[in-house]
Amino acid sequence: MAKVLMKGNEAIGAAAINAGCRYFFGYPITPQNEVPEYMSRELPKVGGVFVQAESEVAAINMVYGASGAGARVMTSSSSPGIALKQEGITYIAGAELPCVIVNIMRGGPGLGGIQPAQSDYNQSTRGGGNGDYKLLVYAPANLQEMVDMVQEAFDAADYYRNPVLVVGDGMIGQMMEPVEFKPYVSKYELAEKTWATDGTKGKRGPNIINSLFLDPAKLEDHNVKLQAKYKAIKENEARAELYNMDNAQVVIVAYGTTSRIAKNAIESLKKEGIEVGLIRPQTLWPFPDRAFETLPEACKGLLVVEMSMGQMIDDVKLATSCRLPVEFYGRSGGMIPEPDAIADKIKEMLGGVK
Amino acid sequence: MAVVFQKTRGLTDVQTHYCPGCTHGIIHRLVAEALEELGVLDDSIGVCPVGCSALAYDYFNCDMHQASHGRAPAVATGVKRVHPKNVVWTYQGDGDLASIGTAEIIHAAHRGEKITTIFVNNAIYGMTGGQMAPTTLVGQKSTTSPYGRDAETCGFPLKVAEMMATIPGAAFVERVSVDTPANVRKAKKAILEAFKCQIEGKGFSIVEVLSTCPTNWGMTPVDSLAWLQANMIPYYPLGNFRKPEEAK
Ligand SMILES: Cc1ncc(C[n+]2csc(CCOP(=O)(O)OP(=O)(O)O)c2C)c(N)n1
Ligand code: SF4
Ligand SMILES: [Mg+2]
Repeated sequence: MAKVLMKGNEAIGAAAINAGCRYFFGYPITPQNEVPEYMSRELPKVGGVFVQAESEVAAINMVYGASGAGARVMTSSSSPGIALKQEGITYIAGAELPCVIVNIMRGGPGLGGIQPAQSDYNQSTRGGGNGDYKLLVYAPANLQEMVDMVQEAFDAADYYRNPVLVVGDGMIGQMMEPVEFKPYVSKYELAEKTWATDGTKGKRGPNIINSLFLDPAKLEDHNVKLQAKYKAIKENEARAELYNMDNAQVVIVAYGTTSRIAKNAIESLKKEGIEVGLIRPQTLWPFPDRAFETLPEACKGLLVVEMSMGQMIDDVKLATSCRLPVEFYGRSGGMIPEPDAIADKIKEMLGGVK
Repeated sequence: MAVVFQKTRGLTDVQTHYCPGCTHGIIHRLVAEALEELGVLDDSIGVCPVGCSALAYDYFNCDMHQASHGRAPAVATGVKRVHPKNVVWTYQGDGDLASIGTAEIIHAAHRGEKITTIFVNNAIYGMTGGQMAPTTLVGQKSTTSPYGRDAETCGFPLKVAEMMATIPGAAFVERVSVDTPANVRKAKKAILEAFKCQIEGKGFSIVEVLSTCPTNWGMTPVDSLAWLQANMIPYYPLGNFRKPEEAK
C-alpha cells in the first residue's frame, strides 16, 4: 500500500480500525481530541460504534463491558483522563480482558498543561490502579512505529488477555508524517473468545466476567496465575532500539519523541569526535533490561533524557545494577529538551571537553 | 399432582449469601422469572454491582459481568453496543446507583441506552455494614448518621424514580415494593414491562424496588416490612412515572 501523510492522532484511529477495532469509547481532552473525532467519523462507515462517554471513568467501564462481550475495543485520553481510567484498568486486568488504551501525555501534576510530556511513565509502568497487575506498554517514536504498534497492541491484548497501553506525547499526536498501512496479519495464534458474554443461547453454561475472589486462597491463586502471564510477557515482549552503540563513551536512554532529539545530539557530537550511543526502550513495561547487559567497553556512564523530572531513570539504574554512573537530563511542563543542551550535558559528563 | 410453583430456570442452584428475610432474594426471583417468561433468558447478559448483590453473577443463570462500584450502566452500555439484540440489564443498590454511580445511571438514561436497570432501594449501605445512603430517610439512624439523618447537613433523600422520569431518554420508570404478595405481583409486572420496553427498542427502562435490610436496620424481617410500609412508601410513592408512548 502507498504511503499517506497523516496526523499522529488520526493515524492511531486508522491503525486501530485496520486492526479490526470496531468500538471506541472516549471523552474529549487535549492533545488527543483528533482520536475520538476520527473514530466518530470513521467507525460508522465500517459498521462500528463510537460513544462519547460522560467521563473517562464511564468510558473505560464501557471498554470493560465491550471487551467482556468479545469485541476489539479501544479508548484514548491524555494524562488527567488516564488517571481517571485507572479504576477500570485494574478491573480489566483483574478480569483478564483485552483492550487497547492510548495515552497522549501532557504535563502534570494536576491539570498541568496541554503541551507534550512524558511524566506518566510511573503511572504507565507501575500500575496506577490498585493491586498486582501490569500493562504491556508500547512507546513509539514516529508515526509509522505508532501505526505498527497500535495494530500489534490489539493482537498482544487478545493473546495475553491483558490491557495494552500505547503511550505517546503531544508531539507525536500532533505531528504529520507519511505512514504505510501494511496489510494486517497477526503475529500471534489467537484463540476464539469462548469466554465472552454473548448470551448462552441455551448451548453452554453462563460466562462470567469478574475480578472478585472473596476467598483469599483463590485470590492468591489468581495472582500467581497473573504473575506467570506477566513473566511470559517479560520474556517475549521487551524491546529496544540500539543506535550508534559501537565505541560509545556515553549511552543515552530515551524513548518516544525524546529519542529523536537525542539522535540529533548524537549526530552533532559525532562531528566533534565524541561517540554517543542510544538505547531506546520501545516497550516501557516490560523494560528492555537485556539491552543494558553488554554496554560498550568505552562507556563511562549513561544519560537518561526524559520530558519529566526523572522517572524512567529508576528502571535504568535497576537494569544496570548501578554498575555505571547514571545521570539525568529532563525538561518538563511541556518544555522540550534541546539537542544542544543534551550535548552539553554529555560533555560535562566526559569531563568538560568543550 | 399439579405443579403450582417451581423455581425458575433463571436462577442457579447456588445457595445465596443474603441474610434471612432480606428481600434481595425476592427481587432476584422476579428478575429471573421475567427473563424466563419473556423467552430471553438465554440471550440476556446481566451486570451486577458492588454491594450485597456483588455475587449475583453466581445466582443468575445467564451470562454476567461484575462491575465496579456504580459503573454497571457504563459496563452495560459497552455490552449492549456490542450485542444490540441481546437483553442487557443491571442490578444495583442505592449506594451504587444513587451515590457513586449517579453520573453513569443518568447518562445511560440520557443516551437512551436500550438497557434495563433494577434499582434496589433499601435506604442503607447493606454490604459495608449499615452506613448512610443518599436514600436514607430523614431521622433514620445508620452507622454514619448515629443521631439520625440530619437534612440540614446531609440533605433530603434522593427520589431516584422521580429524577429519572425527567430524563427524555428514560422510556419506562416505575417504583414498586416487595412488602406484600400483592406488591410482589405488581413488581413482577413492572419488571416484565421494563424488559419489554428494551426488547421493543423504546429506550432506557428502570424499576426502583423498595427493599428491606433487616440486618442493618436492626429489626426482624417482619418488623422490617412494617417499617418499609410506614416510612419508605410515604416518602417514596409507588407507581409508574413514565411509560413508552403506545405506538398508534
Ligand atoms: C470504589 C469503591 N468504594 C467503596 C466500596 C465499598 N462498598 C462496597 S458495597 C458499598 C455500598 C453498597 O451499598 P448499596 O449500593 O446500597 O447496596 P446494598 O449492599 O445495600 O444492597 C460500598 C460503599 C467499594 N467496593 N468500591
Ligand atoms: S446486609 Fe441487608 S441488604 Fe445485605 S443481605 Fe443482609 S439484609 Fe440483605
Ligand atoms: Mg443499599
